[in-house]
Formats: sequence, C-alpha cells, structure tokens
Amino acid sequence: MSKKGFVVLLMVAVAVGLFPLFLSFNGGNQISDLGQHYVQNGVEETGAQNIVASIVVTYRGLDTLGEVTILFLVASIISFFLSIAKDDRMENRTLKSVTEVLTTSSQALVPIIITVGAYILVNGHLTPGGGFQGGAVIATGILLIFLANPKHQLNHTIIHWVESVSGMAFVAIGVLGVLMMDQGGFLSNKILSLGTPGELFSAGAIPLINVFLGLKVGTELSNVLGIYVESQNEK
Amino acid sequence: MLTILAAILGVVAVAGAYIAIHNEKLIVAIIAAGVVGLMSSILFLLIAAPDVAMTEASIGSALTTAIFFFTLNKIRRINE
Amino acid sequence: MDQYLGQVVLAIGFILAILGLYGLLSQKNLIKIILGFSIFTTGVNIVMVAIGYVKGGTAPIMDAEGNAVGVFVDPVPQALVLTSIVIGLGVTALMLAYVMKLYQDKKSLNINDYKDLKW
Repeated sequence: MSKKGFVVLLMVAVAVGLFPLFLSFNGGNQISDLGQHYVQNGVEETGAQNIVASIVVTYRGLDTLGEVTILFLVASIISFFLSIAKDDRMENRTLKSVTEVLTTSSQALVPIIITVGAYILVNGHLTPGGGFQGGAVIATGILLIFLANPKHQLNHTIIHWVESVSGMAFVAIGVLGVLMMDQGGFLSNKILSLGTPGELFSAGAIPLINVFLGLKVGTELSNVLGIYVESQNEK
Repeated sequence: MLTILAAILGVVAVAGAYIAIHNEKLIVAIIAAGVVGLMSSILFLLIAAPDVAMTEASIGSALTTAIFFFTLNKIRRINE
Repeated sequence: MDQYLGQVVLAIGFILAILGLYGLLSQKNLIKIILGFSIFTTGVNIVMVAIGYVKGGTAPIMDAEGNAVGVFVDPVPQALVLTSIVIGLGVTALMLAYVMKLYQDKKSLNINDYKDLKW
C-alpha cells in the first residue's frame, strides 16, 4: 500500500501549496484593465451586444482559428484509427429492440432541438450564444437520432462537403479581413457595414462567422459520434 | 441565499467525484462523472456566465457520457 | 452572505481539481484514469471562471439601448474557458479511441500489463 500512501501525501502537499493562492483572492472588487476596455468600447467598435461573443470572434480571432485546427486534427486522427476494412464488417447483427417511448419521442423532439440550435447560432451577437453553443446543441440532436435507431447511417458525402466548405469559408473571411481594411486585422468584422446595435443584421460579419463556425463544429462532432457507432460493427 | 445554493451544489459535485473514483462498477462511475458536469454547469450560471454554462451542459455532460458508453459497449463485444 | 460567493466557488473548483488529480495518479483501470482526467479539466475550468467574478455583478451583455445594466463581471476568462471545454472533449475522445485499440490487442484493462516501454 505504499504507492497509495505516497499519492495521498503528494495530494496533501499540492493542497498546502495551493492554499496561499486561495487566500490571496481578494474577493473581486473591480475587473482588470483589459476587461474594462472591452466593456466600455465593445459596442461602438464592433456593434455587437454580447461582449463575450465579440471577444471570441473578433478581438481574439487567432485563438479561435487554433481551436478549429485542433478539432479538425482530432477528427481526422480518430477516423483514420477506427476505420474498418470491408471484409471485417458484420452485417445484420441482431440487436435488442428499442423501446417505443424513445422512438416516438425522438420523432417529436429532434426537429425542435435542431431549430433551437440554429436559433442560438444566428442570434449569437444579441443574446447568450454563438458558434460553439449552437454547434454543440445540433450534435446533441444527432446523438438522439443515433440512440433511437442504431442502424441509421449518416450520409458521409454531405457531411464531408459541409465541413470542408465551412472551414475554408472561415479562413477565407479571416484573410479577407487582413487584405481589405487599413485598420482591420485577422477576422475583422468591418468588411460588412456595422448597422445599429440591437437588430438582427448588425455587427458586420459576426453573424456570418458564427454560422460557419457553428456548422463546422456541429458536423465535426457528429462525424466523431458516427465513427464511434460504426465501430460497433466489427467482427 | 445564493451562497447556500452554491454550497449545496458543491457538496453534491464533490460527492459525485468521490463516487466516480472509488466505486467498483464502471457504469456507476461514468454516470457520476456526468452528474459532476451537470452540477458545474449550474455553478457557472450562478457566477453570471451564461455562455459557458450552455457549452458545459451540452458538451461536458451529454457528449462525454455518450462516448464513454460507446467505448464500454465495444469492450464488452470484444470479450464475448 | 452574498459577499462570499466568489470564494466558495473557487474552493469548490480547487477541491474538484485535487480529487481528479488523485484519481488520475492512483487508479489502475484505464477507463477510471480517463474519468479522473475529465474531472480534473472541469475543476480547472471552474477556477478560471471564478477568478473573474465581481461582487454583485451581472452577465456581460448590454441591453436594448446600449447602456450597461449594472456592474459587469470580467468577460475575458469566459472567452478562454469556451475554447478549453471543447478541446477537453477532443482529447478525451482521442484517448478513448486508443483504449479501444489497445484492448483489441491485449485484452486487458489493467495498466500494469502495458510495460512494453519500460526499460
């Protein structure tokens, strides 16, 4: 039992080491200078009412590009790793029947879930939401389809085309921001007109970027789920 | 009022994390990890961060539990 | 009593992170190691969001006229934690794919059986 005792001692040492960090948190009386600048100048510089969405897409656009790259890398590694050869595949396995509550309720719920996900995507600059949240909700709806009938197979052509076109459009809008404006940078949203804050067609290119980001994240997570379901069919 | 609610949610989350580590059966451990994600999503809402709460509820609670169960099913099918 | 909300949530985040790290280091089952990693990531995300909390603050969203409703919380840590949650899911999915392939080869979930790289 000496290994477990050693690990417990290590955890106590880590806790004692982190304790001054916890004590020096002075309760939060005011926000930092960078946050102050974003809160005060956010609406007039970008035209969006949701400040967190404008930080993720406009002020810190390069970090979002890095995250999209990591997601793409993970999806391609998983699809390479878990692919099944044609003669190792078992057709027509016998499965237990799914209960009727699940099949009936999934027929009613899946269109509602996908509509709510699309609404969260498009209104990302006015209310809490944005690209990642909408994409995750759409992927949850497709998970419900997989649970309701396990023999369902995704249409791989449509998913690959949507994912590639969304990724390329995201990078193209970013590079257009670098080339076109004299005061813009990567993913600047001044390539379309700013408009008045509070309307649906305001905040420049932020709704367009949100749509492409949400489509890419949603189809990528659905692709990973589809590969996990497909891998159950191996002999 | 909000502090008492946050303390109750924190106790449930820490109990769920303890069960996830020390229980013998794997199915109970995976569901306990899903409960930890759900409680932390409500904690994010009490801290006034609605974007993060939405993302954690759908990704950290629903999708993580689903892929753990798919892996467990494949391991059982290899075994028989 | 609402003045202690930030510190209570910060303490919860630290306790979850330490429990997750303990599960990562001391368990022998491969799937329990990955569960510990997921709990550790969740705890660290809670710590990062709780640092930016301001007493009595509301969510950083402007209302219809474009005026601030009250005092805002810090929006910068929330934007960083959004990225971190999605990347945590990606790494967990990759680790589970590796576990599936390793089990196909050696038929064991105990980490003491995988000693090929030890000298």
